[in-house]
Amino acid sequence: MTDNPEEIKKHVKVYITVFAALAFLTVLTVAASYLKLPLVPAILVALFIASLKAGLVAGFFMHLLSEKQVIISILAVTVFFFVVLMLLPALSSSSLYVS
Amino acid sequence: MSDNGIRYISKPHPVTGVTNSKLGIWCFLASEVMLFGGLFSAYVLLRASAPSWPHGSDLLNVPLATLNTLVLITSSVTMVMAWASLALKDFSKYKRYMAATILLALVFLAVKSVEYAHKFEHHHFPSTNTFYAIYFTLTGLHGLHVLGGVVVNTYFLFPGSALWKKDPEQFKGRIECAGLYWHFVDLVWIFLFPVLYLL
Repeated sequence: MTDNPEEIKKHVKVYITVFAALAFLTVLTVAASYLKLPLVPAILVALFIASLKAGLVAGFFMHLLSEKQVIISILAVTVFFFVVLMLLPALSSSSLYVS
Repeated sequence: MSDNGIRYISKPHPVTGVTNSKLGIWCFLASEVMLFGGLFSAYVLLRASAPSWPHGSDLLNVPLATLNTLVLITSSVTMVMAWASLALKDFSKYKRYMAATILLALVFLAVKSVEYAHKFEHHHFPSTNTFYAIYFTLTGLHGLHVLGGVVVNTYFLFPGSALWKKDPEQFKGRIECAGLYWHFVDLVWIFLFPVLYLL
């Protein structure tokens, strides 16, 4: 991260904008839930909005957009294993699963 | 920085390009992703294999959870503003933003306590059914993380802030690490809220 005061002041403006976007997306998530969509579209919409919010927090508040390669690499490995964890439940209903 | 201290906590390590403190907190957060990931995976497994599953909004208080989401998002902003204040060398502003972050975290915990108390009044416990079991496990673990953040941030607001006079760069680094943890706690809630309350 930069130490230049002018750059930091610019970042502060971005933080406020991101905050407004996060608040808007929170309201949007709740509003979408009142549409009473079928389960699968409801999950997709809710997770899409949550991912957008997570991207904003990680990208701007956690400074991932300007982070060094070593941190990005650690996260890439983490994301890979997180996806594996999320796919594990699918094994339990798969015909390939042998109990 | 004394010679017998941990190296590269104020200046970036020449090999990695980041301070050892930042590398350490990111490794810790990676382990936290796996901790919550395991529980999210358990949630998916339990829900997918249950013959029926209640809609979160029928059992839980969505307006209170929405309020808590906004509270936590606001605390993330005040946390990053605390760090930015240090980068601008404005220590008094840092204290105000850090105090606001702690206060908002306490508001979050207070609202969560109201939700829990309401559930207990109606005899809804983790043992009641699978939904409440995973609800209390996920929100309870998240609440403990919020509490941990309050303890760390309170330390950096009061006794820990003495470091600012001795080594401002190291102190700023510590606040950045505390901030990364705090934003992670916010990230977890961003997913918990729709998964538990809205689906």
